[in-house]
Amino acid sequence: MTSELDIFVGNTTLIDEDVYRLWLDGYSVSDAVALRVRSGILEQTGATAAVLQSDTMDHYRTFHMLERLLHAPPKLLHQLIFQIPPSRQALLIERYYAFDEAFVREVLGKKLSKGTKKDLDDISTKTGITLKSCRRQFDNFKRVFKVVEEMRGSLVDNIQQHFLLSDRLARDYAAIVFFANNRFETGKKKLQYLSFGDFAFCAELMIQNWTLGAVDSQVDDMDMDLDKEFLQDLKELKVLVADKDLLDLHKSLVCTALRGKLGVFSEMEANFKNLSRGLVNVAAKLTHNKDVRDLFVDLVEKFVEPCRSDHWPLNDVRLFLNQYSASVHSLDGFRPRYRHLDQGSGSPGPLRLEFR
Amino acid sequence: MPGKLKVKIVAGRHLPVMDRASDLTDAFVEVKFGNTTFKTDVYLKSLNPQWNSEWFKFEVDDEDLQDEPLQITVLDHDTYSANDAIGKVYIDIDPLLYSEAATVISGWFPIYDTIHGIRGEINVVVKVDLFNDLNRFRQSSCGVKFFCTTSIPKCYRAVIIHGFVEELVVNEDPEYQWIDRIRTPRASNEARQRLISLMSGELQRKIGLKVLEMRGNAVVGYLQCFDLEGESGLVVRAIGTACTLDKLSSPAAFLPACNSPSKEMKESPLVHPPSHGCRSTHNSPIHTATGSRLTQNFSVSVPTLIYTGMGSGSAGKEGGPFKALLRQQTQSALEQREFPFFTLTAFPPGFLVHVGGVVSARSVKLLDRIHNPAFVGIMGNTRSYKLLDWNSFNSDEPETRDAWWAEIRQEIKSHAKALGCHAVVGYSESTSICEEVCILSASGTAAVLNPRFLQDGTVEGCLEQRLEENLPAGCGFCHIPYDELNMPFPAHLTYCNNCRKQKVPDVLFTTIDLPVDATVIGKGCLIQARLCRLKKKAQAEANATAISNLLPFMEYEVHTQLMNKLKLKAMNALFGLRIQITVGENMLMGLASATGVYLAALPTPGGIQIAGKTPNDGSYEQHISHMQKKINDTIAKNKELYEINPPEISEEIIGSPIPEPRQRSRLLRSQSESSDEVTELDLSHGKKDAFVLEIDDTDAMEDVHSLLTDVPPPSGFYSCNTEIMPGINNWTSEIQMFTSVRVIRLSSLNLTNQALNKNFNDLCENLLKSLYFKLRSMIPCCLCHVNFTVSLPEDELIQVTVTAVAITFDKNQALQTTKTHAEKLLQRASTDNEELLQFPLELCSDSLPSHPFPPAKEHLESASSNSGIPAAQRATSVDYSSFADRCSSWIELIKLKAQTIRRGSIKTTVTVEKASPMGEGNFRNRSAPPCANSTVGVVKMTPLSFIPGAKITKYLGIINMFFIRETTSLREEGGVSGFLHAFIAEVFAMVRAHVAALGGNAVVSYIMKQCVFMENPNKNQAQCLINVSGDAVVFVRESELEVVSTPQPAASCQPSCTGGEVTT
Repeated sequence: MTSELDIFVGNTTLIDEDVYRLWLDGYSVSDAVALRVRSGILEQTGATAAVLQSDTMDHYRTFHMLERLLHAPPKLLHQLIFQIPPSRQALLIERYYAFDEAFVREVLGKKLSKGTKKDLDDISTKTGITLKSCRRQFDNFKRVFKVVEEMRGSLVDNIQQHFLLSDRLARDYAAIVFFANNRFETGKKKLQYLSFGDFAFCAELMIQNWTLGAVDSQVDDMDMDLDKEFLQDLKELKVLVADKDLLDLHKSLVCTALRGKLGVFSEMEANFKNLSRGLVNVAAKLTHNKDVRDLFVDLVEKFVEPCRSDHWPLNDVRLFLNQYSASVHSLDGFRPRYRHLDQGSGSPGPLRLEFR
Repeated sequence: MPGKLKVKIVAGRHLPVMDRASDLTDAFVEVKFGNTTFKTDVYLKSLNPQWNSEWFKFEVDDEDLQDEPLQITVLDHDTYSANDAIGKVYIDIDPLLYSEAATVISGWFPIYDTIHGIRGEINVVVKVDLFNDLNRFRQSSCGVKFFCTTSIPKCYRAVIIHGFVEELVVNEDPEYQWIDRIRTPRASNEARQRLISLMSGELQRKIGLKVLEMRGNAVVGYLQCFDLEGESGLVVRAIGTACTLDKLSSPAAFLPACNSPSKEMKESPLVHPPSHGCRSTHNSPIHTATGSRLTQNFSVSVPTLIYTGMGSGSAGKEGGPFKALLRQQTQSALEQREFPFFTLTAFPPGFLVHVGGVVSARSVKLLDRIHNPAFVGIMGNTRSYKLLDWNSFNSDEPETRDAWWAEIRQEIKSHAKALGCHAVVGYSESTSICEEVCILSASGTAAVLNPRFLQDGTVEGCLEQRLEENLPAGCGFCHIPYDELNMPFPAHLTYCNNCRKQKVPDVLFTTIDLPVDATVIGKGCLIQARLCRLKKKAQAEANATAISNLLPFMEYEVHTQLMNKLKLKAMNALFGLRIQITVGENMLMGLASATGVYLAALPTPGGIQIAGKTPNDGSYEQHISHMQKKINDTIAKNKELYEINPPEISEEIIGSPIPEPRQRSRLLRSQSESSDEVTELDLSHGKKDAFVLEIDDTDAMEDVHSLLTDVPPPSGFYSCNTEIMPGINNWTSEIQMFTSVRVIRLSSLNLTNQALNKNFNDLCENLLKSLYFKLRSMIPCCLCHVNFTVSLPEDELIQVTVTAVAITFDKNQALQTTKTHAEKLLQRASTDNEELLQFPLELCSDSLPSHPFPPAKEHLESASSNSGIPAAQRATSVDYSSFADRCSSWIELIKLKAQTIRRGSIKTTVTVEKASPMGEGNFRNRSAPPCANSTVGVVKMTPLSFIPGAKITKYLGIINMFFIRETTSLREEGGVSGFLHAFIAEVFAMVRAHVAALGGNAVVSYIMKQCVFMENPNKNQAQCLINVSGDAVVFVRESELEVVSTPQPAASCQPSCTGGEVTT
């Protein structure tokens, strides 16, 4: 006696969260059954392995049918085939678009292309995430990227509108899309200590302050690309280190303000020139795409590492950076023009980087 | 030209990409009705076209309006080649033809293609302007309402129940026409879908005409089926019960009438008071009416089983004369009818008087081509010998099918007569076809009815009144309708445990639902008998003979199994019995499902005794006693599980006319307590009531084993195949309807009956286990209306399809109510009073069923305690015969009624304001801001006639849909399971969409009548036909209301009184 056909269809589509997770994690039906058996479900319910197998198959089939709709979540809302309560729909979407920290760190800033997709094998081996799950996550990134790529309006809003994600997840996707678009290097060994959250934090501030959208909200691509004009302007910061008088003035302003407030004051005073040069050089180079990509590497090398070797406490870094950018305003010729400089090159990036 | 149909095509969405180059579609729509077609403009390059068409107007006869479906085809425009079809929507406009139903059909319909499934959706608006037509010779029957529900629909009142209507139409099956060889599968499928749609329309119209002839205005319990006879054609047949219904229009009356049965049971027994009892005992297994005769084809009428109830007929002292009178009256009312059959399974108060037992008839027929003039031309070259009878055929051939059914119905009628009954209720018909052999089956429950509902004229009040008085409370239906001295079969009668005046059988089998007023002890459970019999492959007559020879044995065995399982559950009655016999190439399958209960009126069932045939073998004896112990243990366990603890008091009442039951039950008890009482076993061995199983060969051994292999559902689960579960009455609002299909392939080697039985048994048991597992999150819950269908699509394949609904209930309250089952008796008492009140006094009987019950109950409580009966004993000893008591309670009740009606009206307004008609409140959710704007309303589906925790406020019309799905890429669609899973989901979706477009939010009495699945894995092909039906309704939740009016039976008295004032 063999089972040829075995199905269960409910008027309200049954969704088992545990099975959904197993499916999302890319387990095959037999692996999923084995995992469920191990979870002790048979003992709890008095079911047999055959029942579990049939149940798992059913759910997998349902998820497989739902997957097409999950690729365009608004479709899931308007489709008529599966009657699913809204809360469940939200859960399905949210979980489907959720990603693994380990995975996202591997592909963050990489081009979402076929080439990268080929590397998923390696990523799967490295992270222990099944290839299937890697593919799903990668495809999700790519799909979101494609949809919002050429759209005007806020990146987060667009993602939320087209994929119906929670605010939190939409922000994460905005970061992923932003990084992928600008191809920031995040995979270097030096950057390994940084989490996705750290990068996402930077991304959000950069989107707010460094992109076209920060200046003009009516442009295509506004939140994706950095504002070229702004980057061009950053070049003029070079004067801060090139002009000896200005450098000294800047230093004295910062030192006066921070005297007695910093635990590492003497180190700061001694290193001011180096640090300032490091920051200004990183900023000034951003007109080149290559250097944009290396932004985080450079920041860590030029700023974070010196600070760390001197054992700066976090709060001191914050005070220093704030004062460093605030003081610039007091310098001649900087006042009106670089208004957004202090928001931008005030470098929340390094600050957050140091945080770790 | 009595009607104008207007159609507007608004928009489409989610269309498939038809042009690979642009990834877009140039869609337009053809709207066709009859022979008229309109087209919309082409909407270029969009997957979400906005046509916003003008109103397309069709001027048509109302006859066509009834027959034809509106056909909407979405196409992709192609400049250079033929336009590609995207898919179609068939809309049955029948619901627009009667005034109270829907006025407009408007909404998103899935665009369906028989090869690709659902491909996007289309928004359509349909209206009908009907001109008044007074032509008395008209062929249409617009205005006759159809209901699938097998009880009087909730917001109507039955004025007259006219009786049985049936009709069938036949046609050539397009799938088997020669043209099918040259047309595409899609064209063939569409031809078939369209034809069946047409035929159903025609059938419905013809039935409607019959109803009008009978001066009715509605058909209740409408059941339409297709017989796919293959080469020999396509039969669409339908049966139903013609009624004259009155809409309960005033909100006050109507509110209560729509109480969900859960409430009815708990608090307002008034709703269905006295009527449906049915009991049949099946003691006499076989009552054969065999005649094998050859008709023009070949036909064997098969021995038929009557599961009867035996009646005490004139046994009751006072009952006698009235009963006779009643019978006379009924008889006269019914004799005018050819077939006094009723497809209803639940009845208005007072309708059903006694139940005789289950009657069934089967007959084996050989199919021959149905000749239809329309197809003569095309059929020309199919088969030459057909040419011979082409001249003779025409109109008389379709009559064959009519004659076959008439024959069977006649047989049923005579069986019922043999049981002293004039009518058959819970009547249904079915067929099973394999190649050219067809088994026709009909079954129902023989019953005696109250003539009051059957006649146009009103019967004299005084007679009625007296009749009513003689109806014992809650046990009347159990009493035997025919003469004790003249029983058609041997049976064991005792006095009714409840009223002690009339005789009852020891076991009762029926095909109807459990009457709401029946006194049941404990809970019920699903009981199934499953059976397979191998048969030799044979042709034509030989095959039919072989089948008809096997049938009686199968019936007998199915019956024995049911009996054994019933005893094993310590129960004494079966409701909703449905026996399905399925014929295949090389085997016959029998599957009987029913809901077992313990009726308080019937005697305690005896145990099961096992007796060995070879007494001198020691080890054998031991084995036997071991088995006996196991059986006794199981019985004891089941008693506990189903909370069956009949009150002992009954036996202690002085002057109890029947001492046997007590002895019997005691005996049983002692048996189950200790195992080594072999001597006692012997003692009881000779007793009539003990059911003896003789183990004389391995077969019998198997039987006993299989008895014990049925596993009870896991704790928190109950199941039944009736509308409601006895013993559970506090449903909560969560429901989940589902369909599950399984197909197994038997290993073909050395199949024996035993192996086959085991496979079949395992299949069903595993299926149930899977259901329990899947629905575990709903615990505590009950699977209601569990409907198994077996088919044998191929040699070694067995297909089982199950449709049921899982309903959650509140466990705490359940415990409470079962504990205090005195409550129930009280309810019954009040039912009784209500009923008495209602009939003779003609007090707005429509509003009656409806009262929120608590006040009445409270009052009764006080009334009965006033009358000096100690509360503790009330359960068993309330004296219903005291007329004075009743009188006083009537007066009280009248007062109360006045109050409740007032309160009722106020409550309705409250609900209407608060409840969202789409029932979304249920799902509306806290945490899903992005998804909150979903535009798809929730549509509930249920095989039951009600929705727990809600009131049905409007019936929008019948849903009757037929779909075909075919694939030539089976593997790519996920194999057979993937294919069928998707198809069933699509069918649900289309049903929901049609209901939503009618403005409804639920389908009740939903049934999947057919699910024919064929596969050819080698060719990577599969095809499936599904036929579903149900009633589209609008319901409103009563959640707010319940808090005020009903919470717990005991506590509700005061709160409800004050609550009423508060709402005022």
